[in-house]
Amino acid sequence: MDTTLHKAAGIILPPDLLHLSHRQESPENPVSLTKEQVQHIATLARLQLEDRESDDVVEKLSRIVDFVDQLQAAPTDDVLPMAHPLNMSQRLRADEVSETDQRDFVQQNAPSTEGGYYLVPKVIE
Amino acid sequence: MGEGDQAIHQRTLAGLAKGLAAGEFSSRELTEALLERIAKHQATLNAFITVTADQALDQADRADQARASGNGGPLNGLPIVHKDLFCTRGVLTTCGSRILDNFVSPYDAAVVERLAAAGAIMLGKTNMDEFAMGSSNETSFFGPVANPWDTKLSPGGSSGGSAAAVAARIVPAATGTDTGGSIRQPAALTGTTGIKPTYGRVSRFGMVAFASSLDQAGVITRSAEDAAMLLGVMAGHDVRDSTSVDHPVPDYVAGLGKSVKGLRIGIVRQHFDEGLDSQCAASVKDALKSLEDAGAELVDVDLPNIGLSVPTYYVVAPAECSSNLSRFDGVRFGHRAEKPEDLLDLYSRSRGEGFGAEVKRRVMTGTYVLSAGYYDAYYLKAQKVRQLISQDFRNAFENVDVIAGPTAPTTAFAIGEKTDDPITMYLNDIYTIGANLAGLPGISVPCGLADGLPVGLQMVGPHFAEEALLACAYQYQQLTDWHQRAPGGFL
Repeated sequence: MDTTLHKAAGIILPPDLLHLSHRQESPENPVSLTKEQVQHIATLARLQLEDRESDDVVEKLSRIVDFVDQLQAAPTDDVLPMAHPLNMSQRLRADEVSETDQRDFVQQNAPSTEGGYYLVPKVIE
Repeated sequence: MGEGDQAIHQRTLAGLAKGLAAGEFSSRELTEALLERIAKHQATLNAFITVTADQALDQADRADQARASGNGGPLNGLPIVHKDLFCTRGVLTTCGSRILDNFVSPYDAAVVERLAAAGAIMLGKTNMDEFAMGSSNETSFFGPVANPWDTKLSPGGSSGGSAAAVAARIVPAATGTDTGGSIRQPAALTGTTGIKPTYGRVSRFGMVAFASSLDQAGVITRSAEDAAMLLGVMAGHDVRDSTSVDHPVPDYVAGLGKSVKGLRIGIVRQHFDEGLDSQCAASVKDALKSLEDAGAELVDVDLPNIGLSVPTYYVVAPAECSSNLSRFDGVRFGHRAEKPEDLLDLYSRSRGEGFGAEVKRRVMTGTYVLSAGYYDAYYLKAQKVRQLISQDFRNAFENVDVIAGPTAPTTAFAIGEKTDDPITMYLNDIYTIGANLAGLPGISVPCGLADGLPVGLQMVGPHFAEEALLACAYQYQQLTDWHQRAPGGFL
């Protein structure tokens, strides 16, 4: 399924993403994403998955992907993709300051701040 | 039965407005009565996440003063509750998620601001599916909401708390949001009236974003008249939402009197296929017959691509949500994991702990369909199919004024019944999602009972046809009394 899908869409996968494309296909096993693929997606999405939730995520995510695969059969040659329900373009405004400084007030919601900055674990040694 | 005979909590907004104007009761008395009702039913229904009693009583006193001095807005002293997706200044705004369980919004959403400026009193914030992702209110971090018609059943979702509170005669009206059916489906399952306006009709400023090209705010009420009263206040241009449309807002209440005579109502045959429960189908057909008897003309219309609306939605909505929810990172607000090893660990664990299972699935689905090598095959493809679905509606509206049919395939289902299979849950929104994809307004009104449970009639119109939808719904509610039926335990 996956190979034809990409042939049809004329996509060449970069080598580092090839591992995402090897979806399993067997009639006894409807699960079409592997645990490794799901883990990779979770890493991209910055989501830590607990071991206990992993199997459930693989199974349900596979079902969702299989379900939306039915779109592939729709003929869409010469159809413009729809990005906005009213086909509006973005409005522009003058580049003027319109907000007042509310940093201290807004930062009351922050888990950790110092001197107006947000604190995170050390990024550069 | 005259309004004077009705208990205060049974009255509609319009009825309460009359009572306040006539001095039958004060806003404070009204507010106290409803706060008591919230407390009484919270353990059974779990419809609320936050109750803002002190704030509400202050507002009520101000409303009473304004009335005494001949002032006050169009909704002066009338009670309302907000789905906990709308930001409310100084009040917890959780969006039904653990990741926001400590978030106190620094500002008000445009909807909250406009309703408050008109004099409406906020009594609290209602429970909902986490980030509005769900059709049963079961994905809420704060637990499921029970349906007042049968507390073992779900009220639908994602605006489940709003719908349950209105159906149980706890409050006359509640705001909601609708990305794929989240106002209309719970309205149908609880016997309430719910309207999702045209995309861009109501400002999204201050709504926690789920899928920005689909999200729209609306209301759940007990009558089309009440929905018209509120929508007139909520609608209108707002520079703070770049997708808000500068289009005149008609007087929806004044428009309610328009007869359905000559109205061309489109019927989509696919909507009555085997997927629809037979008792629901019978109720919806009866409703259409009533409208036909009142002078409307029923016309068959074809939406050839409507069958693809659910899979299209489950590419577009997760794609947008994966992008929108990237703001929840444990840095600026919301839940933060303890003792992060490094920045990646901070992000991944804060999000892993803060999001529930359904939200994780959607974020991951969206990440997958947007990832390199998959974008064209899924996301671009879905946007093209979305265009086809919208074109189908445009073609249909050349021949008809509204399209009517069922809101949901079944009546309310049991809590826990559909949680094992996401696809079964997603198919709840099979009749509602099309309007979101095409940005169209839709309304659901109660049109019958099947085995004692409410059935909803949905009407969808062309862009900015809210006035026609509300008028048609109002006229239907003059012909029938389904919207006045209350669940037995909540009279």
